Amino acid sequence: MKTRYSFGGDEHIFVEVDEEMSLEAFFKSLSITNAVRDAGIKGVTEICPANASFQIKFDPDVIRPDDMLAELKRLESAADRAESRIRTRIIEVPVYYRDPWTTETLMRFRERHQDPSSTDIEYAARINCYDSVDDFIAAHSGSPWFVSMVGFVAGLPFLYQMVDRSRQIEVPKYLRPRTDTPKLTVGIGGCFGCIYSVRGAGGYQMFGITPMPIYDPKQEISYLRDFMVFFKPGDIVKWKPIDRVAYDAIVADVEANRFTPRVRDVTFDLDEFNRDIDGYNRKLEEALYGH
Amino acid sequence: MAIEVKAPGLATTVQDLGRPGYYHLGIPLSGAMDRFALRVANMLVGNDEGAACLECVFMGPELEFTTDATIAVTGAELAPKVDGEARETWTSFRIKAGQVLSFDFLKAGARAYIAVSGGIDVPLVLGSRSTYPLGALGGHQGRALQAGDVLPIGQADGAHEGRTVPPALRRMPGNPAELRVLPGLYWHRITEESGRNFFADTWKVAPEADRIGYRFRSGRPLEFVPRKQPFGAGSDPSNIVDACYPYGSIQVPGGTEPIVLHRDAVSGGGYFMLGTVISADMDLIGQMQPHTPTRFVEVDMQTALTARRDRRALLDRVRAALA
Repeated sequence: MKTRYSFGGDEHIFVEVDEEMSLEAFFKSLSITNAVRDAGIKGVTEICPANASFQIKFDPDVIRPDDMLAELKRLESAADRAESRIRTRIIEVPVYYRDPWTTETLMRFRERHQDPSSTDIEYAARINCYDSVDDFIAAHSGSPWFVSMVGFVAGLPFLYQMVDRSRQIEVPKYLRPRTDTPKLTVGIGGCFGCIYSVRGAGGYQMFGITPMPIYDPKQEISYLRDFMVFFKPGDIVKWKPIDRVAYDAIVADVEANRFTPRVRDVTFDLDEFNRDIDGYNRKLEEALYGH
Repeated sequence: MAIEVKAPGLATTVQDLGRPGYYHLGIPLSGAMDRFALRVANMLVGNDEGAACLECVFMGPELEFTTDATIAVTGAELAPKVDGEARETWTSFRIKAGQVLSFDFLKAGARAYIAVSGGIDVPLVLGSRSTYPLGALGGHQGRALQAGDVLPIGQADGAHEGRTVPPALRRMPGNPAELRVLPGLYWHRITEESGRNFFADTWKVAPEADRIGYRFRSGRPLEFVPRKQPFGAGSDPSNIVDACYPYGSIQVPGGTEPIVLHRDAVSGGGYFMLGTVISADMDLIGQMQPHTPTRFVEVDMQTALTARRDRRALLDRVRAALA
């Protein structure tokens, strides 16, 4: 990992922690951005951690760009010694794979896809060498995923699969982006999973849909009353495959405002995770389901 | 104390100076694309400079007032009319209860700002009245205006009609428009020759130009420095591991058409960026119509900071002229 600093015009500093994605790069980005927040530097207006980089927006009338840069470099060397351990939460997200709405949408944009003759999930299963779509779904939902960035549009989480790199699912994005994606579509582009928080354009392969709202600008949904965006970087997600009956039941519960996601507080330690990934994931799952 | 929308225009939204502080959650800055014009419109009618106005693009709305008010229209040359009678842009004028504000055809620029004494009094959401339509957030019901909408207006403190901004203090892009750029971010991904071409070519604003971003065409495609793509970045040479996009940053998907992100920017994604338009020139983009010839001009940080000071000084001169 080699940190690279660059000014984004006169109001931003962009910091690439590493060119390639890894949880190590994410943790370093998170710990520097936390340090920037704690430092309370006057003139800083936005602190945005991303997958393997971060960005600071500042007011150059308050702090000179060179001084801002020096502050960040100082905080980076302090963050190098930080523990890779965070207090966070694990969340179960129900997914209705191969649902009719994303299927209808992907059929409308077939000419923009690498393989117009199969669906997104069939294509992803094949190029990742799974024998069947069911095996692919088992792999997708079999390990937890780490929220390594929130953004693109309001409240959209980017998720990183918590398995050995050799087992990570990877798919290309659409050849040309779609102009439509159903709200709450679950998909993957590159090595990143995502949940589309709002309806709109998108380029990720679409595998299914969740009935669980993750963004509510009206703040009416019970668990989004305190804040309209559900996810934050560092959250851990476990997908739970559900069928149409279960999907409809959750949608009805959401409409009656009696749905609450299953969430448990956990501590995540990157070094322990790296020592025994599968064992660590089993422990996370036990924390989620309490057995 | 309200405005009734008889006809909404094309994409008329409530905007103020924006909603900083939530970009890390994908909630963009929003606010007027031409913030200079919004500030000046508010000054003309005696509002706080950051009061909420209506931003209309290419075409004005038709608005009936249920109360007397002072109005000013700045930014684009989109001449206002009161009950069909012409009024000046960049000049405050009075409208009476029952009268209708409408607009002539667009003569120059792209976005006009309509300030009403007292300000558009929609609720504050995360500290701002700006509309972010993609997220259905803020403004009037989180969307562009529709016929039949009723907009509340705030309490005004006296009349301020007949004030005008001298033409020398109005700011519009030239022809060709020039946008000053600080190279950086992933500039190293393109070849030296491509970097020179980018600044040498004359680009044109594409039809896909909105509050999220402005797309440009007609320049030569960029060539990338060959590399093995890093893990997680995706296979196209213009891909990076998804990162934050600064406001004003210039991404070039596939190396063909640059996009300058603006107030409703997507906050991040997987395309490389070659630099950032300096803060002093962002307002100009809001006034550029499709097909506007555009040059990107390379500058350094010192020039960017000087330009920022110049822009502040211009605003001070407007304040002094209207005091």
